[in-house]
Amino acid sequence: MPQTNEQAVNSNILSVSGLNLHYGEAHALKDVNLDMARHQVTAFIGPSGCGKSTLLRCFNRMNDLVESARIEGSIRFNGDEINDSSTDVITLRRKIGMVFQQSNPFPKSIYENIVYGLRIAGVNDKATLDETVERSLKSTAIWNEVKDRLNDSALGLSGGQAQRICIARAIAVNPEIILMDEPCSALDPISTLKIEELIEELKSKYTIVIVTHNMQQAARVSDVTAFFYLGELIEAGGTRKIFTNPEKKQTEDYITGRFG
Amino acid sequence: MKKFWKTGEPYVLVSGAALAIMLVMTLALAGVIMTNGLGYFWPRALVKLELKDGSFALGQVMQKEKNPISGIRRFQLKVGNRDIFGQDFRWVDEQDIVSRTMPADAVLLERREHGNYFGFLQGVTADGLALTAAAPYEKLQQGLKLVSAKLDDTDDIKKKMSNLNYTAESLRLKLLKLEYRGKEKNAAEIGEVTAVREKALAEFTALNEQFAKIQAGIGTVTAQFTDVTGAGKDIALVDIIALQRPNSMSFLAKCGAYFERLRELLLDDPRESNTEGGLFPAIFGTVMMVMLMSVFSLPFGVVAAIYLREYAREGLMTRMVRIAVNNLAGVPSIVYGVFGLGFFVYGIGGSIDSLFFPERLPTPTFGTGGILWSSLTLALLTVPVVIVATEESLASIPKGIREGSLALGATKFQTLTKNLLPMATPGIMTGLILSMARAAGEVAPLMIVGVVKLAPTLPFDMNFPFFHMDRKFMHLGFHIYDVGFQSPNVEAAKPMVYVTTMLLLAIVVVACSTAIYLRNRMRRKYTSSTF
Repeated sequence: MPQTNEQAVNSNILSVSGLNLHYGEAHALKDVNLDMARHQVTAFIGPSGCGKSTLLRCFNRMNDLVESARIEGSIRFNGDEINDSSTDVITLRRKIGMVFQQSNPFPKSIYENIVYGLRIAGVNDKATLDETVERSLKSTAIWNEVKDRLNDSALGLSGGQAQRICIARAIAVNPEIILMDEPCSALDPISTLKIEELIEELKSKYTIVIVTHNMQQAARVSDVTAFFYLGELIEAGGTRKIFTNPEKKQTEDYITGRFG
Repeated sequence: MKKFWKTGEPYVLVSGAALAIMLVMTLALAGVIMTNGLGYFWPRALVKLELKDGSFALGQVMQKEKNPISGIRRFQLKVGNRDIFGQDFRWVDEQDIVSRTMPADAVLLERREHGNYFGFLQGVTADGLALTAAAPYEKLQQGLKLVSAKLDDTDDIKKKMSNLNYTAESLRLKLLKLEYRGKEKNAAEIGEVTAVREKALAEFTALNEQFAKIQAGIGTVTAQFTDVTGAGKDIALVDIIALQRPNSMSFLAKCGAYFERLRELLLDDPRESNTEGGLFPAIFGTVMMVMLMSVFSLPFGVVAAIYLREYAREGLMTRMVRIAVNNLAGVPSIVYGVFGLGFFVYGIGGSIDSLFFPERLPTPTFGTGGILWSSLTLALLTVPVVIVATEESLASIPKGIREGSLALGATKFQTLTKNLLPMATPGIMTGLILSMARAAGEVAPLMIVGVVKLAPTLPFDMNFPFFHMDRKFMHLGFHIYDVGFQSPNVEAAKPMVYVTTMLLLAIVVVACSTAIYLRNRMRRKYTSSTF
């Protein structure tokens, strides 16, 4: 199989095909087929409950935590099946980082928050940890704000800072993909702007999948946009095309604000 | 008016009043115990009463009351001299009193036996002791000091004797064991051990003689007293623990005597079937039992709660377990005592005895009540509290923390140890505090599984293995019951009940405040301000 996927591996880092997901009786994702290209920002948009967050959580198998979830179909990460029983979830999650809607810093120092991923992987070399902290905080553009209080509790940070710490924490373990589940929905406009700028910069090194309610945000930051409605992928394509010339009527209605 | 009810104002007032009543009751409880307990040690004046019938009485006024029918006031007088009068207290009607004086030379003796002696010092027979002071009171003071110094010397001998006794006893058991295994086979070793034991016994006898000699030497030194009726009494100086002239003591001297009694209470052994002397063994027993209990119940409860909350699949089984745990907390404590007796003492203890200490049978070692079984029984009693508190605090941790940790590639176990447990610690501590408070005050089950009125030895000493888990111990809660209701002289022991209660409360308060202080420090560390 890997040989035949050689081409896909190079361009598409994630590919979803025929994905169905049930939460108990509820059919949350219906036959989703989608490819995501390397070093691009893909935005998932759609009204509440359309399944966009559920799909995002499939990529790092966070749905494993939900007992009633049942998944059919295939998701391939670099050509390897994610839902395979032989897939090591720990390794997978280390390669596919995630940032949540509510910033969730651990009740530890800023420093310990950043190196958490390394420590649980068994890295305890002081020099490596220091270097990682500086690199991740610099690449999330928060180094100057916190460099003098790395040993203070991360709980004392503002919402926007905490969210950037969470992004830095995800970056610290060198993932290939960063999943962002409405990362700005709890933030003020200035913090939102900072995160958006950050996404723009991170794009060169990481593949980013972002779920957002905010269509302007999707238009600003993403290269590809996918529109979901009631568990179905209605339309996916270049962001500019989706926002200016959508193929489906539903997409157009949503984007122009006629529903949702 | 209707609007007034609608605002909810009356309900606020009612709940405020309820809170106020609660506070008042708590303060009243502490107040009653403190005033009754703390006043006990203050040296009260000795009053000499001349009565209408021509007799005299000397004693301390304990309480006054008015007969509700005749309106006559009467005093309760502590007259002491139990060996002479047959009782410690008597009531005197105010109208029978002709005159009332406070003789400056009236002395109060605390004796090793028969309670206090109130009377007047006549002289000291100082044979063998070089007493330089001229006045009899000073002479007696000097004599007491010399005698107590000699007694301190004997303490050393006593300690050596008790150690030798312990060694001899363990050697005897070793011999028995060897004999059971075959007399001929182990003949050489038996001979060796016997020789060592003989030597220890000889040493013991020698020390005993030395001890007797010292005691006989100081036993002959006596002081002569007369009581208020004029009857004379010779009292050996060794029998006198403290000497006071309360009527001629300055305020500072009284303070000194007060604190001396407090020190005795905290650090000395009880005397006179627990109604006098100190409470040290009971304090020690209570604290050690509570600590042992925590050592058993905390890890056990936390692990159980973690499994229930984090690993067990929600379903009928976990629901049943949870119901069982909650019900366990409501089982009457005496039931735990009976269970402890049947399961721990006879079941496990009996098996341990037949496996490890067969040579001591039929004298039980672990097959009888002891501090280990008491702690385990109480641990069982308090473990539901720890489980519930731990579960609650685990449940209250935001989902984001778990997800955030797992999303970084942490295993469930890493998430638990690195994030969840530290965050749950304040809640776990709350559970521990509640269980400690409960365990410290529990008496009923302990009476069955190991508490005694008077334990000859502490459960901790310098003989290997230092902690003697099989030993019986004393406990403040049981002490209150025993002194207040089982002692031969209940009236005299009443103040001791309050004092013991006060100490028990103090221990609970100290233990809980320490835990609360630790918890608050942790809570500050883990406050989740962003959620």
